[in-house]
Amino acid sequence: MSVEVAGTARAKADGPLKIAVPRGALLGGTLDALDAVGIDTTAVRGESRALIFPGSEVTLVTMRPSDVPTYVEAGAADVGITGKDVLLEQSDRVVYEMLDLGYGRCRMVLAGRKDDERLGESERRLGMMRIATKYPRIAQRHFESTGHQAEVIEVKGSVELAPLIGLADGIVDLVATGRTLKENDLEVREEILVCTARFVANRVAHKLRGGEVDELARKLREATTR
Amino acid sequence: MIHPIPPGTRDVLPDEMRELRRLHLALIEVFESRGYGEVATPAIEYDEVLGRGDGRTAGSAYRFFDESGDLLALRSDMTVPIARLAATRYAGAESPLRFCYLANAYRAVRPQRGQMREFAQAGVELIGAPAPDGTAEVVEVLEAVLDAAGLQRAVIGLGDADLYRQLLSEFGVEGEARDSVLERLAMHDLVGLEAELSELEGIGDEQVATCIALSQLRGGSEVLDEARSIGGAAVERATARIGETYEALADRGAAGRVQIDLGLLRDLGYYSGAILEVYDPALGHVLGGGGRYDGLLKRFGLDLPAAGFALYVERLHIAQAEEQPGGGEP
Repeated sequence: MSVEVAGTARAKADGPLKIAVPRGALLGGTLDALDAVGIDTTAVRGESRALIFPGSEVTLVTMRPSDVPTYVEAGAADVGITGKDVLLEQSDRVVYEMLDLGYGRCRMVLAGRKDDERLGESERRLGMMRIATKYPRIAQRHFESTGHQAEVIEVKGSVELAPLIGLADGIVDLVATGRTLKENDLEVREEILVCTARFVANRVAHKLRGGEVDELARKLREATTR
Repeated sequence: MIHPIPPGTRDVLPDEMRELRRLHLALIEVFESRGYGEVATPAIEYDEVLGRGDGRTAGSAYRFFDESGDLLALRSDMTVPIARLAATRYAGAESPLRFCYLANAYRAVRPQRGQMREFAQAGVELIGAPAPDGTAEVVEVLEAVLDAAGLQRAVIGLGDADLYRQLLSEFGVEGEARDSVLERLAMHDLVGLEAELSELEGIGDEQVATCIALSQLRGGSEVLDEARSIGGAAVERATARIGETYEALADRGAAGRVQIDLGLLRDLGYYSGAILEVYDPALGHVLGGGGRYDGLLKRFGLDLPAAGFALYVERLHIAQAEEQPGGGEP
């Protein structure tokens, strides 16, 4: 049989429509939205640790939000839901962004230590701010577009740690309530953008299963803009 | 000892090569049987010559100086080299000219994405045959070649490259703002499109709704009526062009697997009029595409209309393997 050749993961567009569902902060809102359009989500809400929940019309596939563009781009999932932050960070993934679902609202911000002028001082005296983030591309793009010089340091875990022990002068991170910032003695210095959940579709599924994809998008639009 | 090769390149071993070779022969046989003679051009050309055809795209990803200081480039497709070949070797020849090719092309890759920087394309160029008949002939060859590859379920999207350019002009959107909106449309970023359009001067809710509704229209010939009901001179012209091509296809009995798609927008700078994209349900990626580039040959001094398509051979092979599990015998 053939091997993986042209950088194209193989996937079938037959059978029930496969929907990539984000676990984590967006899960609740996503399941509510799917309920509202008549898709049964009881199995996903249960205690099961399964990842795939087959149905007759649609199959729900749960995954990390940051994996949604990967699965949808390859066509392993036909459509999916993930945050705008994920789409911007992985802007080279080719997925069709069909709809702003409105929920899961949070802000991407630049934050520094409270009452601490290290951010401005570093830029003035050293020509560079050191910024820790889980979103290196969004951060880099923001500083470039606002004319600031920054050394962007990518970290995987709790980014609040970085300015507290001197890895960075500030952070770029996603903030929902602001509690984590406050507890770590950090404050918002600049708002970069607002992120919400988005409905995305695979390029081929959008063409070959247009009826189903459009219908789902239409119902989701109705359900989320009420 | 393990000796690496650059990411985005690969070796082919006998089992796969045998299947690929069968596919190659099947493709070329269809092309030749329809009067498309196979040509080969050098993988490296003068950067200035290739750049002539590239228009707004960035051109070749790989450029280097040769020993006498000339800037050379690796081709990123076969359409531009064949336009160069036709203008140079066939000036004054009787048209239409029909060429086919099966050749490697080279594009930049993004790291960690499994993209290929060297990949094979198979396709045809029909030079000197205007729309709609020239386009219909090319689509007919495309269908035959998909059949020969065993991809009976493959679908061909048919759209119009000028639709949104003209529609936006009609709305009074020009220059950088227009390019930026076209970019959103090409990426199918509907959320960004809506936001960006709404911010433009002179664009109201109605125009935004028109753009979004048009980009979602795909299906049979009824789509053209739906588009016309949305209205406007640009839509009228584009639907008339698509309608003519579709009729020409129907006359040849070749409209069956064509899906009219008003949301199609290809990012190569040289397209004008009809554009094509090819999909198969077995694969989440586009198998190939093409369309008309009536202005391309003129850039090389030969003012002839042209159309063609290119298929990614490795992707065809993957789709073929998916459609005929365990097989490989055509």
